[in-house]
Amino acid sequence: MASVCFYFQVHQPYRLRNYTVFDTDSNYFDDTKNAQICRKVADKCYLPANRLMLELIKKYKGNFRISYSITGVLLDQLQIYAPEVLTTFKELAATGCVEFLAETYYHSLSSLYSQDEFISQIRLHKQTIQRLFGQTPRVFRNTELVYNNRIAELIEQIGGFDAILAEGVDRILGYKSPNFVYRPVKCKKLKLLLKNYHLSDDIAFRFSNRGWSDWPLNAPKFANWINAVNGCGYVVNLFMDYETFGEHQWEDTGIFEFLRHLPGEILKHPDNNFKTPSEVAAAYKDCDAIDIPYTISWADIERDLSAWLGNPMQQNAIVEMYKLEKTVKSTADESIIRDWRKLQISDHFYYMCTKWFADGDVHKYFNPYETPYDSYINFMNVLDNLNSRCFKVLFEKENKFRNCSRGRNMPEQKVLRKNTDKFYVLERN
Amino acid sequence: MKVFMIGWEFPPYISGGLGTACYGLTKAMSRSGTEITFVLPGAGETGSGNYMKILSAEGFIKAEELNSFKNVHFRTVSSPLKPYVPSELCGGGVLGKNNSGIGARNWLSNPSKNLQNYGRDIYEQVYRYAEKTAQIASVEDFDIIHAHDWMTFPAAMAAAELSQKPIVVQVHSTEFDRSGEKVNQIVYDIERQGLHNAGRVIAVSNYTKNIVVNRYGIRPDKVDVVYNGVEGGGCAHWQKPAEKRDKVVLFLGRITFQKGPDYFIAAAKKVLEKISNVKFIMAGDGDMMHRMIEYAAYLGIGHKMLFTRFLRGHDVEKVYQMADLYVMPSVSEPFGIAALEALKNNVPVLVSRQSGVAEALRNALKVDFWDVNQIANKIVAVLKHPPLGQMLRENGQAEAGNFRWEDSAAKVNEIYKRILNNN
Repeated sequence: MASVCFYFQVHQPYRLRNYTVFDTDSNYFDDTKNAQICRKVADKCYLPANRLMLELIKKYKGNFRISYSITGVLLDQLQIYAPEVLTTFKELAATGCVEFLAETYYHSLSSLYSQDEFISQIRLHKQTIQRLFGQTPRVFRNTELVYNNRIAELIEQIGGFDAILAEGVDRILGYKSPNFVYRPVKCKKLKLLLKNYHLSDDIAFRFSNRGWSDWPLNAPKFANWINAVNGCGYVVNLFMDYETFGEHQWEDTGIFEFLRHLPGEILKHPDNNFKTPSEVAAAYKDCDAIDIPYTISWADIERDLSAWLGNPMQQNAIVEMYKLEKTVKSTADESIIRDWRKLQISDHFYYMCTKWFADGDVHKYFNPYETPYDSYINFMNVLDNLNSRCFKVLFEKENKFRNCSRGRNMPEQKVLRKNTDKFYVLERN
Repeated sequence: MKVFMIGWEFPPYISGGLGTACYGLTKAMSRSGTEITFVLPGAGETGSGNYMKILSAEGFIKAEELNSFKNVHFRTVSSPLKPYVPSELCGGGVLGKNNSGIGARNWLSNPSKNLQNYGRDIYEQVYRYAEKTAQIASVEDFDIIHAHDWMTFPAAMAAAELSQKPIVVQVHSTEFDRSGEKVNQIVYDIERQGLHNAGRVIAVSNYTKNIVVNRYGIRPDKVDVVYNGVEGGGCAHWQKPAEKRDKVVLFLGRITFQKGPDYFIAAAKKVLEKISNVKFIMAGDGDMMHRMIEYAAYLGIGHKMLFTRFLRGHDVEKVYQMADLYVMPSVSEPFGIAALEALKNNVPVLVSRQSGVAEALRNALKVDFWDVNQIANKIVAVLKHPPLGQMLRENGQAEAGNFRWEDSAAKVNEIYKRILNNN
């Protein structure tokens, strides 16, 4: 028995505009560029791919099943810039053959920095998926498949999830195969699905590589590789960016034709089928516990956090940003909180990555910056402005409070002045 | 292979990139076994009637480096011409002997490439140099002629006429870099003639190649780009300076139109609106210095802008040690070795996009020279966020190490071979 489990990641960040230390307004994002890219990707990838998926689902009458994880920030942008994409996603949801997964609304790395923020972003995303697609996600996938034991434990604690996804990293698996269902160590019910990165990357990265010995890849050949799993595994987890279809691999590479013929070829073998992550979790027992004490992800050859947190600038930027959490939340100002959350989008830190000599091509994808240094400078300027906005709001609140309490006894007044002085000093710096 | 190389300046008598480049390149070429006859204008200190003086290399080179130059034979044309202007700075003879090498760039008070400073008879000097060089060429044996910048082009053409050997000209700067749009027609004509007569042209960057192609009408396929290198190791280990009160931003170069000192001061003004614990150092001399002092005073930042005049030797190293950032806002910079030298000395750099080094160096901050807002923005960022300076310093220093004269020399040798095989 070999089940093919497709999960597509659908995400576009809010790119920052060029923001210097001399800018004082709070328009941090490059609406024009974000709209352009959103439209472009919609036309080249989301729309044609969605239409093709609908066609395939109808053609195979429920035997072709897939899943998506769409970030909240992309859903927001689609609503404004490409509403027809959202419509086609809703049509897909209505077929009953498509599962939507849960993740952090802002495609953030909050799982590593703030438990509160992590939980509220998952909740926010879950609600949005319920509202738009009428289904409650039962499977969790963290940003960029960032995963460790602690995150899995937390997800089980939060409750409502049957499974979590992760990268099938060789150094974790050892002799084990990613083609089985596992259980995170210390978790009782939660199941762990691991990406088969060989077969996933054959489609996502190598498909159009003429230097690859298996080029050109066609559906019968790929189906043969799937068939080979029969007898030594239950499931082949094919996890990839949705932009693979039409954007990373352009239409003229034949990627859509490949996809069009793939379900038929795979279903030719009587033991094969397609399942969504929830169905995989329900159908197969976990065969072992997997211990992943340190953090892994699906990025680059290292499959760790080095793409986002590998250098001192990235570390500094993200730490400074999460340091603001309390201040930001204490303003209770919606626009401030939303801007702060948009700054959590992991792409901002990806642009600051300096290990581009080996992995340069991927990092350049829609990267609006000439160098990682420029990206850091821009981010820090925005963060600085956000910080001063917070203090302005808090300062005003404090003032109101002080005016109200005027005429009361002295000691309280003294305390207040001390506080405002502190704000003044903080703001000045 | 024997090369007849015609230069104009050489350490310790230099005023900028040309001398440094000639020094680094010939040294590396000599080491790789290329035989070079290097013709230079004499310092004019000897009154002997000989037009040609055969110098032992000792006159130029530090004793410990003699071996590196063993394949180079220097010939100087001793005549009334005095290309190395400010005599109060380099008295003559071998005064500057101890000052060659990294950190000892001679930022002379006058831009020797700037025409006014040569005196009125510059053309006469250039053509007399050509005449004498031709005489040397008639007694020397060589395969190829290699000339550096316009002052040597007539000499190269004269030598080629006599010997019927091919010319390679190397462009370290053009009249458009030095004078903007107000080009001197005579100089331009000499440059153009030299470039068109050359078998091949070497530009020190794609930036310069574009100028050569677009402004002088040279076919792009005739121009090769060979980047400059940088000498020495600098300070191998960076030591965090003792906790100091003020940050330091450094401008080091000739204070002339080409180097964009006015943009540096305008940016400084903007930086000071955002942070106060910072000082700006302008190290160098030049025809715009007095105007710059007045400009800083006019903007009310005179107390934050320190003018050191021309620095040499140990003082250059010291100023690098103090600096948190080196800024090169050049209006037009064919290459910009200075930025690499700063990196070698563990100072992160901010360079203008109108420079050759900007296209070759990744780990640097880049701005358009006229974009004062961005210059200030990036200066503030480096001063405010230590991780930025740290990464620019570490990665930049490592990258600067890749600019080696050995590689430049190998490329030049390739170009020689190609041109000789074609003939």
